[in-house]
Amino acid sequence: MSSAARDTKKQVAELGEKYKYGFVTDIEMERAPKGLSEETVRYISAKKDEPDWMLQWRLGAFARWQQMREPTWARVHYQKIDYQNAYYYAAPKNTPKKQSLDEVDPKLLETYNKLGIPLHEQMALAGVAVDAVFDSVSVATTFKAKLNEAGVIFCPISEAIRDYPELVKKYLGTVVPVTDNFFATLNSAVFSDGTFVYVPKGVRCPMELSTYFRINASETGQFERTLIVADEGSYVSYLEGCTAPKRDENQLHAAVVELVALEGAEIKYSTVQNWYPGDENGLGGIYNFVTKRGDCRGDRSKISWTQVETGSAITWKYPSCILRGDDTVGEFFSIAIANNFQQADTGTKMIHLGKNTRSRIISKGISAGQANNTYRGLVSVHPKAANARNYTQCDSLLIGAKCGAHTVPYIEARNPSARIEHEATTSKIADDQLFYCLQRGIGQEEAVALIVNGFCKEVLQQLPMEFAVEAQKLVGISLEGSVG
Amino acid sequence: MLDIKNLHVAVGGKEILKGLTLSIAAGEVHAIMGPNGSGKSTLAYLLAGRTGYDITQGSVTYRGEDLNTLAPEERAAKGLFLAMQYPVEIPGVTTLTFLKTALNAQHRARGEKELDAMSVLKFVRKKAEALKVSEDMLKRALNVGFSGGEKKRLEILQMALFEPKLAVLDETDSGLDIDALKLVAEGVNALRSPSRAMLVITHYQRLLNYVVPDRIHVLAQGKIVAEGGKELAHELEAKGYEHIAGKAA
Repeated sequence: MSSAARDTKKQVAELGEKYKYGFVTDIEMERAPKGLSEETVRYISAKKDEPDWMLQWRLGAFARWQQMREPTWARVHYQKIDYQNAYYYAAPKNTPKKQSLDEVDPKLLETYNKLGIPLHEQMALAGVAVDAVFDSVSVATTFKAKLNEAGVIFCPISEAIRDYPELVKKYLGTVVPVTDNFFATLNSAVFSDGTFVYVPKGVRCPMELSTYFRINASETGQFERTLIVADEGSYVSYLEGCTAPKRDENQLHAAVVELVALEGAEIKYSTVQNWYPGDENGLGGIYNFVTKRGDCRGDRSKISWTQVETGSAITWKYPSCILRGDDTVGEFFSIAIANNFQQADTGTKMIHLGKNTRSRIISKGISAGQANNTYRGLVSVHPKAANARNYTQCDSLLIGAKCGAHTVPYIEARNPSARIEHEATTSKIADDQLFYCLQRGIGQEEAVALIVNGFCKEVLQQLPMEFAVEAQKLVGISLEGSVG
Repeated sequence: MLDIKNLHVAVGGKEILKGLTLSIAAGEVHAIMGPNGSGKSTLAYLLAGRTGYDITQGSVTYRGEDLNTLAPEERAAKGLFLAMQYPVEIPGVTTLTFLKTALNAQHRARGEKELDAMSVLKFVRKKAEALKVSEDMLKRALNVGFSGGEKKRLEILQMALFEPKLAVLDETDSGLDIDALKLVAEGVNALRSPSRAMLVITHYQRLLNYVVPDRIHVLAQGKIVAEGGKELAHELEAKGYEHIAGKAA
């Protein structure tokens, strides 16, 4: 079992226990009043028992946000979001837990089944209160002990704000400033929880760290905040998985992820995003407006982003690297799949500030149904970044005749020694490729999955083993029904 | 094994096959020869079930079943194999992965046990040696960067792996030099069996020097215009298609 699954089990176990012990209080009490105001921000901060400096930080962000406008430059279309018609804080939903799998949305179960998640994990993920499942406390403890031994801090960010205020103060908002962009500023004001990781000097984190995010209508987690700091010479690999149940309304997810790599440190950040994409008519689904950025602050540091984006109605996401130190390396490996009415506008920014900085971008966009998939990327070489190098490869694959693929590369080179390469291809799954597979006995959907996985291979190879298998299956599932 | 009766086939509204009748029994090897545009490849694609090839009249019965009711992948699982004239490339998918996926899909369809990666590798290696399909080829993406000869050898390797009941070979000789041709022909001959039927489609007689057919049919303008034993190939080679087709008309 992956540590992601263990985490989830633990979280669900805790929820289950609350229910078991009659912890259900009036849920309205756990919810901030509807709408967004200074009151809401204060409410959230108070709920989290935060120190005053954190509250002030949030209030500053909120004041700023009120003067900002929602960006419109991305190639995505959606109805205007009414920010006053939403809840910004809701404690875990304490409605009676489902007693058996029969009560769970069969489509959700089908997905878990196809992902090969075992039955007891399915129950955990679906929020079924089955006691037998919740025996993972000791597992979680041994895993915490191992990290403690290495000196790695891995905890909810709300806990870190209380327990490690100096570390949080030193780094929070230093990569994605409070004023960065509309959604990041909103997140700074109202973030509910998230993850904090600190890897001390010279430590190679002994295991893959992972978090499994899940949106439930009234649960927290729509505005998570993640901060990962890798101190000098350290290494950490972090995995993030996301799922969401099927709902008719659109839900906003505006997360911020900040990575700081000090001298000689390396951070590998992988995401498998499978938020609910809406149904085949484009109803519902998550609006995924996420700001992810890494700062190679020290010389010879390295940050790698790998993402497999299969879900969400709208994806607006540009995991970026600031190559501040000399000899730093930034990488971005991406698979973005858009089917039915999904819209994805995703890419990266590689900002070369230091000397001898290198960046590599491999983007694979797959569009099917009536979906639109845009790669948008910036490679910027600043005047002092001597000998900067970038290699960008953007490949688009179209399935069917009603979808679209767009590539929007921005390149700015302000140092004459810069070497920037950009390659782009667009292809279709050819009829003769499909026919060839069928003739050899491979069914339509398996054939599409096989061809698409081949197309994505370079990126899939970047994922940690246990995630790669899951991601491969997910690629197949998210394209089901796209041909025929 | 295969019974084709008065078959008319249209592609994009245009009739290509115009009343073809042909019957092949288990253990037999038949050849279809004919000039370009006579409908040879149309027949191959129709048998394999490619979309866009529609029967407008007549019937095709394969092992007692109406072939037209079966999806292409069902035909494959039921033992129909088409060695293609132009094997396609699938970037990023290694040949071995492709072979494993196809083998297991067929096994699944027939309710047989699926093979794990090791068993597939062993099985493939055993068959690959005779056809000089190297380990390196198996690791490369399917047909990507393969030479013409390598592609055709891989087709015959697949035929050996899938052990079909009816194998259709569409212009397997095209683009091969004499050494490659011999190698491929040996591979085909090794698969001749009393329980297997083969339909060899070719433009030239030279393949038939190595894969000697029991019966030859000459196709011209969508119809069989001449039939005979293996000696017919030599007559064609000497006198040309026009002579034979003209005589028939």
